[in-house]
Amino acid sequence: MEKIPILKMGGYLLVTIQVDLYDRLALNLESDLVNMINKHSSKGVLIDISAVNIVDSFMGRILGNIAQMSKILDAHTVVVGMQPAVAITLIELGLPLSGVHTALNVEKGMVLLQEKLLGDDTVITDDTDDNT
Amino acid sequence: MITLNKEIIVIKKEQDVVFFRNRVNEYAEKIKMGLLNKTKLLTAASELVRNMLIYAKEGKVICEIVTISALQTGIRLTFIDNGPGIADIDKAMTDGYTTGKSLGLGLPGAKRLVNIFDLKSVKGKGTTVSITKWKNG
Ligand SMILES: Nc1ncnc2c1ncn2[C@@H]1O[C@H](COP(=O)(O)OP(=O)(O)OP(=O)(O)O)[C@@H](O)[C@H]1O
Ligand SMILES: [Mg+2]
Repeated sequence: MEKIPILKMGGYLLVTIQVDLYDRLALNLESDLVNMINKHSSKGVLIDISAVNIVDSFMGRILGNIAQMSKILDAHTVVVGMQPAVAITLIELGLPLSGVHTALNVEKGMVLLQEKLLGDDTVITDDTDDNT
Repeated sequence: MITLNKEIIVIKKEQDVVFFRNRVNEYAEKIKMGLLNKTKLLTAASELVRNMLIYAKEGKVICEIVTISALQTGIRLTFIDNGPGIADIDKAMTDGYTTGKSLGLGLPGAKRLVNIFDLKSVKGKGTTVSITKWKNG
């Protein structure tokens, strides 16, 4: 069974989708990610889809699910590197990916995640400099 | 419309979908379809092939390179299944209508992504959806 690898980097999980996604593979990724977030109490998930040529309604829904479930588990999800043609197609298809944070590339995605984590901290505890 | 090239791909399982999408991709590259048009075609094809697998269990796709003039070439994909058919086509073509627990975006979304969209269905007999995407425009 093919699997999409999930890398753990400190408090983050990093997924780079390099293969052609079919539905079962995407569903497995969803459940694997939820398990990993739980197991490691991860605070952020970065999904790099720059090598993905098609995001249809199914894949779009999976990305939305991942974002939603990670939120429940107190983690943020950022999808990075969506090809412009894919983004335009998704809008025309009628799936605007609401609720999914996006960034241009992995670096910008990391910055966004860190900002979100800092935001979380100021809401919960106001004067801590240790946010790991 | 004149057909320049024709191939039939049988779809029975999810792995066939990967092969099918790759094949459509090759056709699009062969006629030098632009990236955005190719992405739209592949996405529409992905929606229709999934419908076929989910609602009819299996089917086949006729892939053709078609032309109407020296200037206009495109790809036509015809999805044919012998599944349950669609009782109310107007409803099925409406955004948000689904008989499953889904979003009901596949058919109306696929229509928006291509140049020609033609759906025929007979309840109890099956469904045929044909889409054409031009290389330019
Ligand atoms: N090949 C088919 N055979 C029988 N019924 C079909 C077929 N394709 C679509 N339908 C019917 O038309 C409805 C609408 O299809 P559509 O693809 O628009 O939405 P969906 O598959 O329900 O949801 P989504 O595609 O957003 O996941 C389906 O719920 C199903 O009842
Ligand atoms: Mg569908």
